[in-house]
Amino acid sequence: MTVETRVDDQPRVLYAPPELLADRSTTYCPGCGHGVVHRLVAEVLGELGLGPRTIAVAPVGCSVFAYDFLELDFVEAPHGRAPAVATGIRRVMPDAFVLTYQGDGDLAAIGTGEIVHAAARGEAITAVFVNNGIYGMTGGQMAPTTLVGQRTTSCPNGRDPAFAGAPIPMTEMLAVLPGVAYAARGSVVDASSIGRTKQYLKKACQVQLDRAGFAIVEVLSNCPIGWGMTPVESIEHLRDAVAPVYPPGVIVDRTAPARGG
Amino acid sequence: MTAVAERPADAPFARRTRVLRKGNEAIAEAAIRAGCDAYFGYPITPQAELLEWMARRMPQEGRAFVQAESELGAINMGLGAAACGKRVLVSSSSPGMSLMAEAMSYMAGSEVPIVVVNVMRGGPGLGSIGPGQGDYWQATRGHGHGDYRLPVLAPSSIGEAMDLVAASFEIAERYRTPVILLADGILGQAMEPVEETYRTPPRLAADWALTGADGRPPRVVKSLHLKPEALEQHNRHLRAKEAAIRDAEVRWAGERLDDADLAIVAYGTAARVARTAIARARESGMRVGLFRPITLWPFPDAELRHLATQVRGFLVLEMSAGQMLDDVRLALEGARPIAFHGRTGGMVPMPGEVVAALHRLENRTGGPAR
Ligand SMILES: Cc1ncc(C[n+]2csc(CCOP(=O)(O)OP(=O)(O)O)c2C)c(N)n1
Ligand code: SF4
Repeated sequence: MTVETRVDDQPRVLYAPPELLADRSTTYCPGCGHGVVHRLVAEVLGELGLGPRTIAVAPVGCSVFAYDFLELDFVEAPHGRAPAVATGIRRVMPDAFVLTYQGDGDLAAIGTGEIVHAAARGEAITAVFVNNGIYGMTGGQMAPTTLVGQRTTSCPNGRDPAFAGAPIPMTEMLAVLPGVAYAARGSVVDASSIGRTKQYLKKACQVQLDRAGFAIVEVLSNCPIGWGMTPVESIEHLRDAVAPVYPPGVIVDRTAPARGG
Repeated sequence: MTAVAERPADAPFARRTRVLRKGNEAIAEAAIRAGCDAYFGYPITPQAELLEWMARRMPQEGRAFVQAESELGAINMGLGAAACGKRVLVSSSSPGMSLMAEAMSYMAGSEVPIVVVNVMRGGPGLGSIGPGQGDYWQATRGHGHGDYRLPVLAPSSIGEAMDLVAASFEIAERYRTPVILLADGILGQAMEPVEETYRTPPRLAADWALTGADGRPPRVVKSLHLKPEALEQHNRHLRAKEAAIRDAEVRWAGERLDDADLAIVAYGTAARVARTAIARARESGMRVGLFRPITLWPFPDAELRHLATQVRGFLVLEMSAGQMLDDVRLALEGARPIAFHGRTGGMVPMPGEVVAALHRLENRTGGPAR
């Protein structure tokens, strides 16, 4: 839907769906953050004019269906392997814009090896990492990012760090690698954090265009179904319980000129 | 079939270049000359020289080389590059091939052409670094999960391996399928004089490849079909493709079969041992020939079955506990007695053992032919 207001009979577009977002209802659950992140990706790629150059890699997880909603060339990677698949694309398609989109089970559990090494090599790839703290697609099991005490179908009494370890701050871990030019964490909590997340994504795309290195944006997202909450409760939980464990903000920016002196 | 092109009588002698080359390196160079755009690998014996050759040569040619973090990384890099319509080679040896199984299945399902070399070693597990043929089942039964098969080409000399590299790319691209080039530790490690004859298969239009959706609708390379009807339909399409491959791509070689009343069935290095054993057996008056499958899938079953109208018995010789044996049994459908001789663990059968096995087979089939 395009909403128009008329001032002096001149139509002014305040809100229009991004061209790269397919005109199709998503298959995500009501209130799921994946839809918001898809839209941000579509907006940013559209604004930078990157759609026709983009080759995107879909993960295994709820967002495997990204190719149904984003009007981009896509390849489907095996579970966790998107950064390796993207590396292969990067090395043979010098003019392509290469984008990966992964969940936290995909990136922070089964795919740790691939993400660490793509980052370490400083591959000119932009990685979108949607952290909803749970395995959404398989029915809400514990992920490496699940909060301590959080109940899931595979830790019914809550995550106990004595047995299951503590949540992995993947993006902070990746940020220590010199190959990572830019790492930031946004969220879908409210309009202003969504706006900031969009700026992080835009920067992460620019980093690739400048061939400055690997860029990753983690987006704290919700999984109302997996968390057993209403969409509104899940957003409150994201703000009050998740964000304090995974503080949003720019984690590293090696493209920034050195300060001081 | 042989890889060594005959020199035309009038060709100047200087153009004929023979070099002494290690199998792994010969395969690597043949891939480069076949137009390989990208190589991805991970060190493993007895395949490491292939990776090392590529590390040196691919950058010289301005092409892509990555030493991956694992075979998972290597094969998935291969998947990404091949999904862009590029000519891609990945290589490994047995344990590494096991790690690649998932991606092989994805590429079969999403119809991504790629050539994967397995320089087989002794197994199971970490096994040994000696030569083996224990991955026959893995290779010929599709390699990964799901219902599909992949073309598998098995050279038995370094020259033939070079020729089959180009053929593998051709088959991969013609049918949009992964192809496995199945060698073993001896073929990988040995040095042989080879003719420097290379072939670059022509490129086919890849109207499915990912290049960015510029002025055309987006393309998706995927294997997920959640609706059972859709997946069954897709699988029927894969079956039809496999039928076309069976019809057109069977390769095998026969040696000394004209007067044979016994035949050894062997591929790869085992076929070389068989050749020596056949020469010895013939010295003692036995009439033995060699049936050597070059495509292990599709298996030359009609051709083998036809041979059963002539020979009285078959000896299957493998560097495994008996894997191709299954396909020989399926092809012959009980038409003739089948004996088996195999060594495992990195052991190579000795010609003397093979001759003894031939004698036992001869006794089973009614004594020496008169
Ligand atoms: C090799 C393999 N193991 C397990 C699975 C099952 N599986 C599918 S999606 C998924 C987890 C996805 O979780 P996440 O990455 O957090 O994404 P979400 O669905 O929450 O968006 C798993 C384990 C699989 N498809 N492949
Ligand atoms: S299961 Fe969770 S992540 Fe998946 S679509 Fe539903 S809400 Fe979104």
